[in-house]
Amino acid sequence: MVTDPATSRRRGFRDGMASVAPLLLGVAPFGIVAGAAVVDAGFHLPENAGFSMVIFAGAAQLAAIDLLKQDAPAVVAILTVLVINARHIMYSAALAPSFAARTMRERLAAAYVMTDQAFAVTISRRQADPSYQPWLAFYFGGALTLWTVWQIMTSIGVLVGDNVPDSVPLEFAIPLTFMALLVPSVVDRPTLTAAATGAAVATAAAPLPWNLGMLLGSAAGIAAGVVHSLRRNP
Amino acid sequence: MSDTTTAWVVIVAGGVGTFLTRASFLFVAHRFTELPARVREGLRMIPPAVLAALTVPAILRPGGGAIDLVDARLVAGLLALAIAWRTKNLLLTTAVGLAVVTLLEQLS
Repeated sequence: MVTDPATSRRRGFRDGMASVAPLLLGVAPFGIVAGAAVVDAGFHLPENAGFSMVIFAGAAQLAAIDLLKQDAPAVVAILTVLVINARHIMYSAALAPSFAARTMRERLAAAYVMTDQAFAVTISRRQADPSYQPWLAFYFGGALTLWTVWQIMTSIGVLVGDNVPDSVPLEFAIPLTFMALLVPSVVDRPTLTAAATGAAVATAAAPLPWNLGMLLGSAAGIAAGVVHSLRRNP
Repeated sequence: MSDTTTAWVVIVAGGVGTFLTRASFLFVAHRFTELPARVREGLRMIPPAVLAALTVPAILRPGGGAIDLVDARLVAGLLALAIAWRTKNLLLTTAVGLAVVTLLEQLS
C-alpha cells in the first residue's frame, strides 16, 4: 500500500504523541514542582518562562533555581546546568547519522526540543521497527508534546506556588522519572559500572553544598565506565 | 533572597550551553563520520552516570541526611527500580512508585 508523505507524517506525529503520553504521568508533577520552586526562590512567571523555554530541561532548571535560592555564585549554577545536560551530547550523537540528509533548520529545531523522553521513545521505536518511515515526524510529535506540557505545568506550578502541598509524592515524581530512563541506559557491564559508581559517589557526597555531590558522582561514574570499557576492549 | 539579574545570567548562559549540548552532533550531521571508539565510549557513559547521580541520592538520602531504611521514598524507590528492571515499562514504574509512596505517607 502506498501512502502519500503528508498522511505518513501525520501518522508519525500522532504515533510520537501517543508514545510519550505515558511519560507525562511523571513529567506533569515534575513541572508543578519546578514551577513552585521558582516562586519559592523569589521569582515569578517571567523567570519561569526563561527557565522553561530557554533552558527547557527539568532537572537542570530545578537544580539551578535551588542554587539561586541558596545564593550560590552564578558560575556554580551554570556549571551544574551544563553537567546535568551533558547527556544531550550523547543523544545528539546517536541521532546525528539519521539527520545527515535533513536541512540545518530541521536539525536545529530537533536540537532545541530534545529531551530524554523524546530521545528514548524515538530510539526504541527505531530499534523495534527499522523500516518505520515517518520517524522524524514521530520525534517532533513526542518532543513538541513534551515541550507544550512542560510550559503549561511549570506555569501552573508558579501560579499555585505556595499552595502546592509540601508533599513527598509530588516531589518523588522527579527521581522516578529519571529512574525510568536510567534503567534502559544500562545495557552492559561498563554502563552498569558508570551507573553504580555515579550512584555511590553522589550518595556518599550528598551532604556537600551546591549540589557538588551530583557533579562529583557524574564525573566519577563517567570515568569509571570509560576505564571499564577500555580495559574490556582496549 | 536571590536577585533577578543573576537569575537571567544563569538562564541565558545555561540556556545557550544547553542548546550547544543538544545541537553538538546534529549541527555537523551532514558530514558525520564514525566516532573514534574512545569518544563513543565516553559519550555512552554520560546518561547512566548522570541519571544515577541524580536519582539514587534522592531516594536514599532525600534531605542529604543519614540513610533511613524505613523511609517511604526508599521503599517505593527500590520497588520502582525492580519494576523498571524487570518490565522496562516507564508508565508502570512511575505509577507504582507514586502509588506506593502516597500510600506509605498516608500510613505514617
